Amino acid sequence: MPKDGIGASTKRREDIRFLTGNGRYTDDINLRGQAYVHFLRSEVAHGRIRSIDTSAASAMPGVIRIFTAEDFGHAGGLPCGWLVTDRFGEPMQEPKHPILAEGKVRHVGDPICGIVAETLEQARDAAEAIELDIEELPAVVDMRKALEDNSVKVHDDLTSNLCYDWGFVEENKEAVNAAFAEAAHVVSVELTNNRLCANPMEARVAIGDYDPWNEQHTLYTTSQNPHVIRLLMGAFVLSLPEHKLRIVAPDVGGGFGSKIYHYAEEAFCTHVAKVLRQPVKWTSTRSEAFISDAHARDHVSKVELALDKDHNFLAIRSTTLANMGAYLSTFAPSVPTWLHGTLMAGPYKTPLVYVNVKAVFTNTVAVDAYRGAGRPEATFQLERIIDKAARELGVDGVELRRKNFIKPEQFPYQTPVAVEYDSGNFHATMDKMLELSNYANLDKRVEESRKKGKLRGFGISQYIEACGIAPSHLVGQLGARAGLYETATVRVNATGSISVLTGCHSHGQGHETSFPQIVADMIGIDASQIDIVHGDTATTPMGMGTYGSRSMAVGGSALVKATNKIIDKAKKIAAHLLEASEADIELKDGKFSVAGTDKSVDWAGVTLAAYVPHNYPLESLEPGLEETAFYDPNNFTFPSGCYGCEIEVDPDTGKVEIMAFTAADDFGVVINPMIVEGQVHGGLAQGIGQALTENCVYDENGQLLTGSFMDYTMPRADDLPVFKVDHSCFTPCTHNPLGAKGCGEAGAIGAPPAVVNAVIDALHRAGHTHVQHINMPVTPARVWAAMNSK
Amino acid sequence: MNKISMTVNGKSVSADAEGRTLLSTYLRDGLGLTGTHVGCDTSQCGACVVHVDGQVVKSCSVLAMDVAGADIRTIEGVAAPDGTLSTLQQAFQDHHGLQCGFCTPGMIMSAAALLEENPKPSEAEIRHYLEGNICRCTGYHNIIKAVMAASGQDVSDMGTIAAE
Repeated sequence: MPKDGIGASTKRREDIRFLTGNGRYTDDINLRGQAYVHFLRSEVAHGRIRSIDTSAASAMPGVIRIFTAEDFGHAGGLPCGWLVTDRFGEPMQEPKHPILAEGKVRHVGDPICGIVAETLEQARDAAEAIELDIEELPAVVDMRKALEDNSVKVHDDLTSNLCYDWGFVEENKEAVNAAFAEAAHVVSVELTNNRLCANPMEARVAIGDYDPWNEQHTLYTTSQNPHVIRLLMGAFVLSLPEHKLRIVAPDVGGGFGSKIYHYAEEAFCTHVAKVLRQPVKWTSTRSEAFISDAHARDHVSKVELALDKDHNFLAIRSTTLANMGAYLSTFAPSVPTWLHGTLMAGPYKTPLVYVNVKAVFTNTVAVDAYRGAGRPEATFQLERIIDKAARELGVDGVELRRKNFIKPEQFPYQTPVAVEYDSGNFHATMDKMLELSNYANLDKRVEESRKKGKLRGFGISQYIEACGIAPSHLVGQLGARAGLYETATVRVNATGSISVLTGCHSHGQGHETSFPQIVADMIGIDASQIDIVHGDTATTPMGMGTYGSRSMAVGGSALVKATNKIIDKAKKIAAHLLEASEADIELKDGKFSVAGTDKSVDWAGVTLAAYVPHNYPLESLEPGLEETAFYDPNNFTFPSGCYGCEIEVDPDTGKVEIMAFTAADDFGVVINPMIVEGQVHGGLAQGIGQALTENCVYDENGQLLTGSFMDYTMPRADDLPVFKVDHSCFTPCTHNPLGAKGCGEAGAIGAPPAVVNAVIDALHRAGHTHVQHINMPVTPARVWAAMNSK
Repeated sequence: MNKISMTVNGKSVSADAEGRTLLSTYLRDGLGLTGTHVGCDTSQCGACVVHVDGQVVKSCSVLAMDVAGADIRTIEGVAAPDGTLSTLQQAFQDHHGLQCGFCTPGMIMSAAALLEENPKPSEAEIRHYLEGNICRCTGYHNIIKAVMAASGQDVSDMGTIAAE
């Protein structure tokens, strides 16, 4: 194996440019003659636009043109990529999402006018001079109120604010109800999954450009999936054929889901660049990001667990209200349904599950997937209800979980919620977590904390999630309006170096380092001879991008497939050069040899022959060495693991401090352990952020109260602990060629219930046994109030 | 518009700027030094940190005209002229102290200033000092580890170390 093959903690090559200020993010790009866009956005959550007078503003210095909805009459609305069918067989309600507000504004931040000027400052100045007459209407923010019969409607042309009423598995509903009626024990908890803002450190940017020379539109954008943007914007919004539309997503400063979606500003800049025949650039401020990026989570749920007298889980029943915001963002409807309901069995052999989700329109910014997407919401419900059940039944939470785990020998395991888990070992990850966290000595540490006046507690969370998104035929049946394969082209150059073109997109995940490790391992050449090309639809094959922890499991598998094609062809060439039978050719350490002889040709000898085919079997083999593979997964992958969080509560203030956090994950086969550990750290930080500090808060009028980093509490260095992470208890994925499952979202999925369970544990150990649950974020005020209420 | 001059990474430079032009804008748009990033508009995130006459400054909260004539150091001026990374930059690569790279320039500039003030900071001191630099990717674990390693401290109990 070459030193940078599969399993090596190879240093990241992309770090050099990032560490020296040589990254090229979208805002670092400036095109000759570019103009700047500033959007005038709604300051009210709901209102009727009476008039927009841009005459004074248009006469301001430097203003090129001001655009309103009228200028986009020809364009389609921003499309939704997933159609959910409700439990009565009817399609969801799907309102139009215009590029600029048409007639009404529906959330604070809804764009009304796009002002294009020679400088950004001039565009902003002109926005102040636009005379906007908006009749403010009552806003609806609370989901329960939005579903009342007399509620204000977010969309006048819909029958109500209900997007869909989804039941899963609908056929199980009566059996689940019967199981609850007969159960020895029933435990229930009502909880919220707090609304979040993804907040990648780079805010969104879009630069539109039009070249009359070849009638080509180019959009530079901060996207996790340039081909998806090309498809959606080209086909549904601007009616531009794909061969005339190029999407470039260069270095992207984090995404976490929020840069999957097709946003209005992208369509605006693409279109306006052609109208004005000059490039136009929009750079979001952070304040603008808070009111225009898709938000996340925002579920209100009730979950119930039925157990028999021996504490076997009999059934789970879960009802959720899920906030969609004012419009349907690209994948919003799939998050509370297929990414949530299908995980409600968790790692447990619960035979019956019923999940009901009502998705609701409100006068808030759209809500969509964010790191974990649906799976954190499922895991939070399960791990909180099991924690509560253990307390109510007076049994150990570790034992209650173990008793109900699917056993290692039961895989593949068909769950009652459609998915079939291919592999896992929940007992092993739990044992590993307990060992690494020194759980056995917890009582001693609790006592030491008590002597200092602090309340110590330990919380456990055992998660399983679905990644490697996804089998196209399956997601098609579930309502996806896209296929979810991935692609790789392996382009071998004449002297043996390799360019790998991938449809995946790296925005922090380190693909430029880890993808070459796979090819280096398979061919036996040095990874430094292999480069990754990504992020540009003009240079890469159609792929679906990076989200849902899919890049290695799906994109990596495509790369294996393409590399195998290369090796097959290279062996044919080698057989010709060595005058041997193809079946006798062996590839090892970058050298082709004839089995049992000392005849060999090295990698570069074969690649040169492929491109300078003087001595070459031209009658049976084409010259060149370049192969493309599309890989469509057979199943989801199912990463799983066990997290332990140890905290101290200051009883005087209610402040929670994380003392230790241990993660034992099963990611299947790991390509670069260093990168995987980093992904877990980042996921844990976001999960802990959700649990302790982060919260998007709207007032009853739909004003966002947490619209900057002054108010929205991002976790900082002194909020987080040193993490202990382990991925040694792995069970390879059985249905992809790498055995890899994906690691990007695990931390954000598993961490929140571990933190909340730890806080409840600390309070119970200190005698505050009346505290059954505290909603996230578990702030000092909430903890103190819970402790001091009776 | 006025021509504003200063010294940036050892070179005398000048570019046009309005009275309201921020130092971050001057560096990025005026001089094309796009290594300095802007991640917020409330002076919270620290992606834009540079050194002004040796002091750590958030360049989004300073007017370019107010630092006319000053000696500025940005991320572009940290590595040696031949491209060799500084000890701190190298430690960030060795210990995977960055992912998307967007906060990294500010993080390096802040951490470099910390190590000048305090050559062997404790974990708690590093966390406290970097409180004004937000990273959304790393959970800070590997950033802390990199800064400790750069200051010669043993980090072998903090997880995997990159292979050469």
